[in-house]
Parts: sequence; C-alpha cells; structure tokens
Amino acid sequence: MSQIKTERFRENTRSALADRQLQAVLGKFADGFPVKRAQAIARLPEFDALRDAARDIKNHVLENLGPYLEQFEAQVIASGGQVHWCRDAEEARQTVLSICKNADARTVTKSKSMIGEEVDINDFLEDNGIEPVETDLGEYIIQLRREPPSHIIAPAIHLSKQQVAETFREKHADRAADRSLESPRVMLDEAREELREQFLGADVGLSGANMLVAETGSIATVSNEGNIELTCGLPRVHIAMASIEKIVPTLEDAATILRVLARSATGQDMSVYTSFITGPRRPDDLDGPEEFHVVLLDNGRTELLASEFRDILRCIRCGACINHCPVYEAIGGHAYGWIYPGPMGAVLTPGLLGMETTQHHPNASTLCGRCESVCPMRIPLPDLLRKWRTRQFGAEITPTASRYGLKVWAYFARHPHLYRLITKTGAIFLFAAGGRKRRFRHLPFAGGWTDARDLPAPQGRSFMAQWRQRPPRRSGGRL
Amino acid sequence: MCCCRAAPLPSRCSNRAMDHAPPVPDTPHVALFVTCLVDLMRPSTGFAAVKLLEDAGCRVSVPDQQTCCGQPAYNAGDRKDARKIARMTIGALEGFDYVVAPSGSCAGMIKVHYPALFADDPPMAKRAEAVASRTWELTAFLVDVMRYKPMGAQFDEQVTYHDSCSGLRELGVKQQPRALLSDVEGMALSEGDSAEICCGFGGLFCVKYPDISVAMVDKKIDDMVSTGATVVLGGDLGCLMNVAGRARRRGVHIDAWHVAEVLAGMANEVEPIGGDSDGNSGGGAD
Repeated sequence: MSQIKTERFRENTRSALADRQLQAVLGKFADGFPVKRAQAIARLPEFDALRDAARDIKNHVLENLGPYLEQFEAQVIASGGQVHWCRDAEEARQTVLSICKNADARTVTKSKSMIGEEVDINDFLEDNGIEPVETDLGEYIIQLRREPPSHIIAPAIHLSKQQVAETFREKHADRAADRSLESPRVMLDEAREELREQFLGADVGLSGANMLVAETGSIATVSNEGNIELTCGLPRVHIAMASIEKIVPTLEDAATILRVLARSATGQDMSVYTSFITGPRRPDDLDGPEEFHVVLLDNGRTELLASEFRDILRCIRCGACINHCPVYEAIGGHAYGWIYPGPMGAVLTPGLLGMETTQHHPNASTLCGRCESVCPMRIPLPDLLRKWRTRQFGAEITPTASRYGLKVWAYFARHPHLYRLITKTGAIFLFAAGGRKRRFRHLPFAGGWTDARDLPAPQGRSFMAQWRQRPPRRSGGRL
Repeated sequence: MCCCRAAPLPSRCSNRAMDHAPPVPDTPHVALFVTCLVDLMRPSTGFAAVKLLEDAGCRVSVPDQQTCCGQPAYNAGDRKDARKIARMTIGALEGFDYVVAPSGSCAGMIKVHYPALFADDPPMAKRAEAVASRTWELTAFLVDVMRYKPMGAQFDEQVTYHDSCSGLRELGVKQQPRALLSDVEGMALSEGDSAEICCGFGGLFCVKYPDISVAMVDKKIDDMVSTGATVVLGGDLGCLMNVAGRARRRGVHIDAWHVAEVLAGMANEVEPIGGDSDGNSGGGAD
C-alpha cells in the first residue's frame, strides 16, 4: 500500500489540486487542528518553557543515543521481553515475520504505527499469508480502501464522511445495504463491532511506540480510541515497532514530552489514553501477552544523526508542522508520494529514501517558517529544507537550467555596474512594454508567473538611476 | 517634516540587537538597502522609505555597491554565490549607524542569514554580525528605534494587512506597521484570520511550483476579500506583486500598495502595484 511515488510529485500535485473532493476536505483543514492547538496553548502559559525542556531532552538523547538504547534493551530483557535491532526495513519485516511464524499467527491486529508504514509491514505480512487488521479507525478506513495514509496522526483526513460511508457499505457486505450511515457516530460503532471480533481472535498484536523509556524499558503510547491497549494486551504476543530516536531517558522526561505532544497534535491537554507498557504479562497480572518484543529500526537514522540533519530526529510525530503548512493545505498528504508529508516529511523523506528520488520535497516550500514556529521540539525545519537544497546543488541534482540561470544572475549581482546597466535598460524596456494597464498577461520565459498571474510592470526608470539624479538634500546622497 | 523621535523603547523592540543597542545618534546615518525588486519594479517604494527615514530625522545614503541580498542563490542551495554576494553587500553596508530595507525578507537575509553564511569564517562572520546588528526592516526601525509617528498621511480606504513571512517570523515585525498605520487619517483596517499565512510567493518557489503557489495565493485573496477590504498593504514587494498579479488575473477588486507608500502619503500619487483594478476587464499588454 505504501508504494513510493515521491518522484511523481508534480503529477501528484496536479491531480490533488484538480480533485474537488479532496480540495473540499482540505478547505476545512485550517479550522480544525490549528485552532484547537492555539486554544490549548493559550491555556498553558509555560508552553514555550516546556518546548525548550522537550528539545533539551531530545538533544541530550541524541548526544548519548547508544548508551540509552543499551539501557533500554537491558531493562526490556530484565522485564522479560526482547529487543530486535534492525538495520533497515527488510530486517524489520523479516524480524516481525519470524516472530509471527514462531507464534503460528494467522491474524495480527495492528494499532497505528508510522514505522509499520515505513517498512510497509502490512503488504509484507499479507504476502506471507498473515492477515494484518488495522484497529485505529483512520487506518482501518484506509486499509479497507487500500490507500496509504495522508497524514501522520490523521491518516484518513483526505476523506469525506460520505466517502467513508460508501467504503463501509461496500466492504461490510454482510450488513443491511439500506442501513443509515449518516453520522460519524454510527460509522464508528459499526467499525467497533467489526473490530471487536478481530481483537479477540488475533494471535499477535503489532503496535508502534510514541516513546521508549530507557530507565524502565517501557514503551509509551498515546491514542484517543483505546485500540492500542486492546492491540497490545489481548493477543499472546505483542510486538512494538519503533525507530531508535524514540528513546527518552526517564519517565519524567516522557511526561515532559507528553505535555507538548497532544497539545501540538490535536489541541488536547492529553490524549484520551496514555499507556506505559513494560514487558510481557507477569505471574500475578490478570492479563497481558506472553511475549513482548521491541523491533528497533535504524533505516538510515544513524546517518542522519551524524549529518547536518540531526535536528529532525527530535521529531515526535505530532503533526503540528503539517497542520500549519500552507503547502500541505493546498495539496494534501498523498501528493508527497510517501508516508511522511508536510515539512517534517520534506526533511525526513530525502534522509530515508535518498535525495535522487525526492528532489521536489525540500524545494516545494516557500520557507514561510510557520512550521518552525509551531514545532514543539523547536526543529528548524526551513533551515533543514535549505540544507537539502544545498546538498542537491552540490550534487548537481538541481536542474541544470536552474543552476546555470542562477550562476548567470549571480555574476551580474556581484558586479553592481554591470547589474545597473541591465536593470536600467530592463526597467525602461519593460515599462514601455507594460502598456496602459501597467501589467503583463504574457511575457516570454515568464510563464511560471504569467500563466495564472498578471505581472506588474516596472514604474519606469530604476530607483538607482533616479537616485543618481536626485538633487542634493539633507541626506547623504550616493556613496 | 516631522521628527517625533525619543530614546528607543527596548520593551517594544523585536530585534534582538536592541537588547544591547548603543544610544541612537541625533541624526542617524542610515544606509538604505533598496532591494532588487524595489529598484527594478517599484522605485516609489524606495523613495517613500527615504521620505519616512528623513522625516524621522535620519540622514539617508544609498550605497552604490548594492544589488540584491543574494537570497535567491541562498534559498536555492547555491551557498557559494550567496556568500560572494553577501560579502560584497556587507562591504557596501559597513560604516553606517543603521541599515534599513523596505522588506522583511531582505532585512531578514542580512540580519539572520548573513552571519550563518560565514559561520566557518570568523573574520567575515564578525563583519556580518556587525552589519546584522544594525540592520532593520523599515517599519520596525521607524517604530522601535526612531519612535516615529507619521503626520498628515491620509488614505481613505478599507484596508487589510499582509504580514510577510520573513518579517513576521524572522524579525518579529507585527505590531510596528499597524502602530504606524493607526495614525493614517481616513483609513480603516480590517484583519482576516490568515494575515500571518504565506501568500505563496516564496521567491523562486512561485515560478518553480506555480500551481501550488497559485492555490495558496487564491486562498489568501479570498480571505482578504472576506474582510471587506479593497486594499491590501504589506511590507514586502514580492508578496504584494504575487497577490496583486493574481487578483488582477481573477478580476478581484483588491489594490496593493507597499505600506511605506501609504505612510509617506504617496499612495494617492502612485498607482497600485500592477495598475488599478477599476474597470479591469482582463486587459493589459501582451
């Protein structure tokens, strides 16, 4: 399902902009999460101080990642679980498969996991005869539709209520065809009934993890649906998939990050469910899995750690940057062609997939900085996007015409007298060509602008040309 | 001519440099960084800036060795050329009490990004820092440093304001233009929810990804129209050309001026950006 289409960014964008259904949904997007976030933050005067604290925790972790991961592993083992270190997606897939096979698993219930999406675990399990069942409502809907997620915390945000109803009518074929699916509540109840049986029958539960706590070997999860607890607690085997940068040193640190996470994500003070899960069922526990596995994924992150992109590893996947990104709001998540959209995705995706197939991601941004202004971990996202552009320029991935165009322009910009000659002439010429309306509807080589916008014509002689002839006044004049 | 200057108000200032700023000289010598767009497309914005600075009691010079701040190269990942242009520009802007640009974007480039560009070249970084610490966006300079209040400007229009992203988020320019505009006679300001949201210009972005850019500016224009305004003001010519250019193509009645032109009382004399919207029937030169 998570087929990679990052190279088709332009085509994806075009179809997203032409998709009226999608545009109608995206049109309402700005009234949701951003408004709720602003309200939640207004209620918490120390929010900015918490952001600093959260950033410092993650920076400390990234400085000491190895020792904390080892501490985490030791604690998981001490509590009766296992940690599997996976270099890349293939190792992670094989590890999950072999745990499932050892458990004779036929059905796997799954709570939402971006790492699961990253390694494309669902398709892989299906190909190997194991049925994965998504239990997060949004993920369940897109699994039924066989679509990738379009947002990291709201995977089905691209769909309207009507589209979901149509999907349920088609896929829940044994239910009465004429039933009412008007309200989201009714659809939620229907999904819940469908999933209840799956929860009870699953052999393995596969979850993600919002954090890994080194001092206790716990995984921390947050959700609003309660499905994670059923995924982790009911089956005989629980597998948690997480990437290595999810580590935090202590429960106290986890609590600090939790205080910025839900507020930044959905505008809630806390998610409805927050769970800390440590090891398998203990002898005196009433329930819980017999086995507890943590699949730890690197998949290029240690390289990012050693690079100028390290700051992106502070990301806690709240989605605030996406929720405030005007580019995302225009094109939605699928246009990015992989599972991480918006600003965090535009930085992370080239790091995980390489820059050759993701050249549009760092460039399709105005660097407006709204993402950085809301990021709870204070990740300098525009700066990181610019750093990818610098790498692309150095590696000559930037299109040749753009590179040479810039070089020529920069040559003139570095030679003021030559530059002046060109702008002086250009201003006069364009002024004359601008006509009575003072603007252009077409201009050769300016189609990027004039296909959909008029280009204002210059006023006449350039400022510098006029300034030279300005009568001496109180001011200092030319230098 | 008006000179309503007193000591700077640190509590109102947004530029970090003001924390330890030296006292403002009696007649500060200001280098105007014209910006390439103002120079080529709209000199009236530059002359409005000069008038405001002079009215505020500054002596204004326009250094000859300036062209563009180099941001197109910098944002395209061409650091080498960006550094060369920055080096030249820093040389041109040294030796003044202040550097002022009628653009948050170009002022942000000099103030925030020049020092970062020379992080690995300490002598050059020191020069970049020195220029950066004295560099201001025009409206922020007028309010925070010169405590200037415009006198006698009249503009009988229903206006909305667009905060350009760099000015807003890199330099904290938000209340200064509004404070200045509150003294303009006849003008009513109505703000929409999206004043702080990007218009989709983004320098080369608008021609590299025109379809996304146009979708963004369309949302922006719709929001402006919903405020009831027929005029948009802003502090950055790039954004204003984008909004005005799209509004003209759509036939939407929104006229754009640079805020400096209104404050300097020149907006009644110069045409809005991209010409007047009145009687627009999709004409214009080909």
